[in-house]
Amino acid sequence: MLEIKNLHVKLEEEDKAILKGVDLSIAPGTVHAIMGPNGSGKSTLSYVLAGREGYEVTDGSATLMGEELLEMEPEERAAAGLFLAFQYPVEIPGVGNMTFLRTAVNAQRKARGEDELSAGEFLKVVRAKAASLKIDAEMLKRPVNVGFSGGEKKRNEILQMAMLEPKMCILDETDSGLDVDAMRLVADGVNALRDAGRSFLVITHYQRLLDHIKPDIVHIMADGRIIKTGGPELALEVEQNGYAEILAAHGIEGVL
Amino acid sequence: MSVAVKQTPLEARLAALDLPKGGFSAPARAAALDRLAAMGLPGVRDEYWRYTNPAELNAAGAPRAKTFEVKDEEPIFDAIDRIRLVFVDGVFDADASDDLAAEGLEISRLADADGTDIHWASALYGALETAGQTPVARPLAALNTAAATDGVLIRVTAKVSKPVHLIYAHKSEDSDPILHHCIKLEENSELTLLENGPAGARFNKVLEVDVAAGARFHHIRAQGRDHERRAVTHIFARVGAEALFKSFTMTANGVLTRNECVIDMVGDDAVAHVAGAALGDGAVAEFHHDDTVFITHGAERGESRQVFKKVLKHGATGVFQGKILVKPGAQKTDGYQISQSLLLDDDCQFLGKPELEIYADDVKCSHGSTTGALDETALFYLRSRGVPHDQAVSLLVLSFLADTIAEIEDETLRDEISARLEAWLSRHRD
Ligand SMILES: Nc1ncnc2c1ncn2[C@@H]1O[C@H](COP(=O)(O)OP(=O)(O)O)[C@@H](O)[C@H]1O
Ligand SMILES: [Mg+2]
Repeated sequence: MLEIKNLHVKLEEEDKAILKGVDLSIAPGTVHAIMGPNGSGKSTLSYVLAGREGYEVTDGSATLMGEELLEMEPEERAAAGLFLAFQYPVEIPGVGNMTFLRTAVNAQRKARGEDELSAGEFLKVVRAKAASLKIDAEMLKRPVNVGFSGGEKKRNEILQMAMLEPKMCILDETDSGLDVDAMRLVADGVNALRDAGRSFLVITHYQRLLDHIKPDIVHIMADGRIIKTGGPELALEVEQNGYAEILAAHGIEGVL
Repeated sequence: MSVAVKQTPLEARLAALDLPKGGFSAPARAAALDRLAAMGLPGVRDEYWRYTNPAELNAAGAPRAKTFEVKDEEPIFDAIDRIRLVFVDGVFDADASDDLAAEGLEISRLADADGTDIHWASALYGALETAGQTPVARPLAALNTAAATDGVLIRVTAKVSKPVHLIYAHKSEDSDPILHHCIKLEENSELTLLENGPAGARFNKVLEVDVAAGARFHHIRAQGRDHERRAVTHIFARVGAEALFKSFTMTANGVLTRNECVIDMVGDDAVAHVAGAALGDGAVAEFHHDDTVFITHGAERGESRQVFKKVLKHGATGVFQGKILVKPGAQKTDGYQISQSLLLDDDCQFLGKPELEIYADDVKCSHGSTTGALDETALFYLRSRGVPHDQAVSLLVLSFLADTIAEIEDETLRDEISARLEAWLSRHRD
């Protein structure tokens, strides 16, 4: 699904290397988790994959189902099946959530040469998916993320994901700012989307979310590299011992 | 040796005009000429003309302006059941217009009404303009009162659901119309006025609106279209007790536009909202757009809002001069003013001059002015959801303008304006 090879990324504006050789291979239908201390480059990796400006790829490659990801515009990556649930979902005053969703869904359908959904069809689908995430009609009418609580914003990200039905879903700290109930809603939303043709990359600082979204493979990222890869037990190890031990074993002086 | 007699700019301007004598309006026209002579034409040294050069609005002849048709676009407000009054280059076109007779309305043409000496509008024509000359002189409005060749006079005696639509067609490249409208809303009456069209190569228009106690006036204007046209417009409104005055203007294109709005809140609990959404792309022709607003609170518990936004690209210029004056005794006034510009590239400019002058102690007044670029984070967010770049920009621009459009109460009209803004944006993608 997603193949990342030796990815090196620096900031465009300054000479600061952030990703220093990331290798990652995600097979269709699998759930990978990336854990790691703050500042290790997890969000940067997700942004670079989604096509945010401000970063420069100095080496390496990333392909999505064989297509060169890093050459594409952000909207092309989305149409190709990539989705990023943002760590900090963006507020867009003046654009209704529903309008936003419909614009996005239809833009992707158009890019793929499919017919646009009629207002009626769209409404039916969105209502059903919103209900399962406990997103009410009021929230759908409000401007995108404006005045939403932290939990509402994250549920709104999952709603977008459910509507867009991407192939490769990246979730950047979707658990941060969520209470237990909200986390369960989000996790249920994600689990409902799991299938053989869809992969997930779940980025999280804590192990908590991984109790609900069970990963197949867990990676530890530090200082712009993936320093350790293992099964779900690796997440538990981090939970119990923190990152310090793993980092020290790799000669990285850990600040959490 | 011969001595050349040099005309002043005002003399030159007046000499080029065919001043109507007027019937009922004759005294008002004569008084306006006297006012104008005392004020002179505006100049860049005048405090409220520092950001906008009035030379082309003053000039004896109108600079030529080509007309511009948007293909595949229905005329605006066409789907709405309304009373159409059409002016072509400032000349009333009876054939293209609807019947002037309508329930709750008395409509007459200024040119016709001026055939007699007695008309209800004699108490209004030039009266609000005169009042609006202090404390800030507005010479081009006085010129209008003196020289207007036509216009409509509307008396509203009931709640009228059908809007009146003034359509200003522009066909001749050197037309220079001067129109003056008077609208009197009697107590508890209601009217929606729609206006659109470039009107001429250069357009000078005055709209005087007297909103009596409990009456409601809604004004939605789509101004512009022709890139080369110039316009100076004034709205003078008097708002009575518990009356409502709402005016929204969309401006797209136009080498030079100066829209002044002077509102006198004379009755307690009066409400006045003025809003403007302007879009300018200097790549096609120059764009200079100026909103100059003066709201005077002279009674208690008045609520006023000024919401002005401009979207500028390729060297376009936006100006906002807005003032809230709260007179002694106008307690519990709620005055709000916001002016914002969105610069879509680096070579545009926005010049803002917000002013508050308050002589009452128990009031709530605020103003804000911002200039900014497109929010790159929001743009990326939209694109990451698959929305193509240009469409995402349009969506963000519309979201920037949303507060102004929200000032239009009627949903159909709101949608109509949104659709026009969207169409403009899709025509002006880089
Ligand atoms: N746009 C940016 N400007 C400056 N520093 C940045 C920027 N993006 C990331 N960084 C830096 O890169 C490092 C990795 O950040 P990030 O990817 O957000 O880490 P994580 O998500 O793992 O907490 C941090 O040191 C951070 O300060
Ligand atoms: Mg992060």
